[in-house]
Amino acid sequence: MHELLSVRNLKIEATAYPPGEAPRDITIVEDVSFDLSKGRVLGLIGESGAGKSTIGLSALACGRGSARITGGEVLLDGENILALDKAGIRKVRGARVCYVAQSAAAAFNPAHRLGDQVIEASLTHKLMTAQEARRRAAYLFGVLGLPDPEHFGERYPHQVSGGQLQRAMTAMALCTNPELIVFDEPTTALDVTTQIDVLAAIKHAIEETRTAALYITHDLAVVAQISDDIMVLRQGKTVEYGTTHQIIEQPAQDYTRALVNVRQAKKDEAKDQSDAQLRVDHVTAAYGNGFTVLHDVSLHLPKGQTLAIVGESGSGKSTLARVITGLLPPREGTITFDGRLLTPALKNRSRDELRRIQLIYQMADTAMNPRQTVRDIIGRPLTFYYGLHGAEKTARVKELLEQIEMASGFVDRYPAELSGGQKQRVAIARALAAKPELILCDEPTSALDPLVAEGILSLLMRLQAETQVSYMFITHDIAIVRAIADSVAVMHRGRLVRFGPKSRVLSPPFDDYTDLLLKSVPEMEVGWLERALATRKMTSAGN
Amino acid sequence: MKPREIPVSAWIGILGILVAFFCALFAPWIAPYGEREIVGSVWEPMGGTYLLGTDNLGRDLLSRMIYGARTTLTVALSATVLAFAVGVSLSFLAAVSRGLVDQVLSRFNDLMMSIPTLILALVVLAVLPQNIVILVLVIALLESTRVFRLGRAVALDVAVMEFVEAARLRGEGKLWIIFREILPNTLSPLLAEFGLRFAFSILFVSTLSFLGLGIQPPAADWGGMVKDNKDGIIFGISAALVPGSAIAALAVCVNLVVDWLLKRTSSLKGGRGDA
Repeated sequence: MHELLSVRNLKIEATAYPPGEAPRDITIVEDVSFDLSKGRVLGLIGESGAGKSTIGLSALACGRGSARITGGEVLLDGENILALDKAGIRKVRGARVCYVAQSAAAAFNPAHRLGDQVIEASLTHKLMTAQEARRRAAYLFGVLGLPDPEHFGERYPHQVSGGQLQRAMTAMALCTNPELIVFDEPTTALDVTTQIDVLAAIKHAIEETRTAALYITHDLAVVAQISDDIMVLRQGKTVEYGTTHQIIEQPAQDYTRALVNVRQAKKDEAKDQSDAQLRVDHVTAAYGNGFTVLHDVSLHLPKGQTLAIVGESGSGKSTLARVITGLLPPREGTITFDGRLLTPALKNRSRDELRRIQLIYQMADTAMNPRQTVRDIIGRPLTFYYGLHGAEKTARVKELLEQIEMASGFVDRYPAELSGGQKQRVAIARALAAKPELILCDEPTSALDPLVAEGILSLLMRLQAETQVSYMFITHDIAIVRAIADSVAVMHRGRLVRFGPKSRVLSPPFDDYTDLLLKSVPEMEVGWLERALATRKMTSAGN
Repeated sequence: MKPREIPVSAWIGILGILVAFFCALFAPWIAPYGEREIVGSVWEPMGGTYLLGTDNLGRDLLSRMIYGARTTLTVALSATVLAFAVGVSLSFLAAVSRGLVDQVLSRFNDLMMSIPTLILALVVLAVLPQNIVILVLVIALLESTRVFRLGRAVALDVAVMEFVEAARLRGEGKLWIIFREILPNTLSPLLAEFGLRFAFSILFVSTLSFLGLGIQPPAADWGGMVKDNKDGIIFGISAALVPGSAIAALAVCVNLVVDWLLKRTSSLKGGRGDA
């Protein structure tokens, strides 16, 4: 009796093209072996660059970009699929092994109906007739909890929500009745409240169809809910491989322990929160087309403290930041900063007003000009606000780099030459260079790996202790809120649902939405998913 | 940038352009005969006394080619550079300002583009005094409408990026945003367009000379020389092909250099790093 999927001593290489050097081969994955039997789920977990997606694709005998599988074997039902010719591999892909990508929105063709795309593989592989395929698709839509399963396939991708699209993609993978499905971060791009539903749907569908699955993610708490076994990867090598229970409860390696125990940082909330450096009074804001995104929001933030704004995408939390920065002047209401009324529109603000409020973006990649060096990026606010030039400026840039725990050798690098975490640090340094009194942080850690994000958070906390800067921290991650906030504002559909000191907002009695939000945050615990689904008061809307 | 890192194709391009410039700068010293001097009989063959033969009036073709490089390069290059300076600045201003400024500039540009270039050039040049400055200005104006279209489109893409928003939030002025934030990130398409526009300018000058509105005889320019000698082709005389090939070669050389610059700037943007 052999396993459904056996990967033996897998080695994957790629050619790197470092600028100014000769191309050279680098090893992405080395000596990875695992087994997967029918109906089981194996979670592959690791930071970005750990090689987890590459390993997942090897089950389809596919090398992405210039990646080549150079060693080892991938046995599907005893047959080495790496040895197959192109026609043989085509018979495997889509029919016996299917793939669910991270971004369903990008993976569906917007010009075709969902149903046609879902059954496409079954038809091209001649596994069933169009009618049978449609029936199976409708059945799968039902299993995945999609509304109106009989007619769901008639819709176009833009007519359904992100969570529904991700489930439709799972249906597409399941439609051919494959033996194995590779899930590549299927819930990473979704809101927590949506993620919990998609997760439950995927789990249910896997159980129902008895399909084996590889589940790739960077979130250990998510993978703990769905997989039977977990393999922890780092830099292309296996760190630890064991049952979910063992990995979560008794991790053997230091790296796994760090992953399990991430976000242990706790900050006690400030006692006195009466003072208000920033005060938002009855603000209503709308975009040009008359669509109101903020309804009557009032909150305040004391000096040197952290206010966390939580809510799912579309709740208006980023819009609130835009209103405070002046990018979107409020329709009604006022914003007071340091006892003085803040000029509503950006273009009328004085340079000093601009200096005192800085913004850190979610994607450091796009927030920095790719054609400027770190010296220019951090140095510009110094020249602009403080008139520093030459040696004086360079000295200050190096001082700032030191503050963000980066070596002074980075000054001449371009953003493309930095890692994700380093980029975000440089973005923080750019904000700090202005010596601001308030920094608006728009999900600065959500695009980062957990351990890197943890580093950024502790850096922010240290800077707050040193410079008494206030943060308005926008996030959808309740764990971060618990760790760093003094006060919390919960937003839902443009309205403020709950606001107050952290201890009060995050403890019962809850209103329905806060309850849903809190219950949707995955916990590092086996069986959390079932418990959360059973106890929540409200289901997430439209997903 | 070390000379060794420049690819062969770019070297060929650079060499070609340098030769053209050398001819233009030192024409009186290197040309064997004068620009307007009639030295032999009509359409003498290549080789012999006259390396490239003589033209339809018996002037030395090589000498006229060397002198012609002056006018052709000056007019085409200055017209293209001017067209880019005007087109890029205005289009970036439109993309950054949006609203009324954008509408006025874009609609005016549409208006200009709706009139066939050649007809507009003919009308304007027929009315205004015929000298080289006017010629350059007219070509630059017409070419700049094309540059404006491209410039606005690429700048709009970059203007919505967060680093531009970050610059706005810092309180930076329009000039900084245009030249420091947007321009470096739009160089690739603009450079590609530059190579193309330069070739078009040469052709446009030639067209105008051909119609008698460009460079006035007896001054030599490559396009005008094609026109002067075109009748020879019927009799199997290749004099017209010499300036024609020179135009083609120069356009190819410019594009070889541009291609190399393009590769350099685009590698700056993507992937990890550059130098």
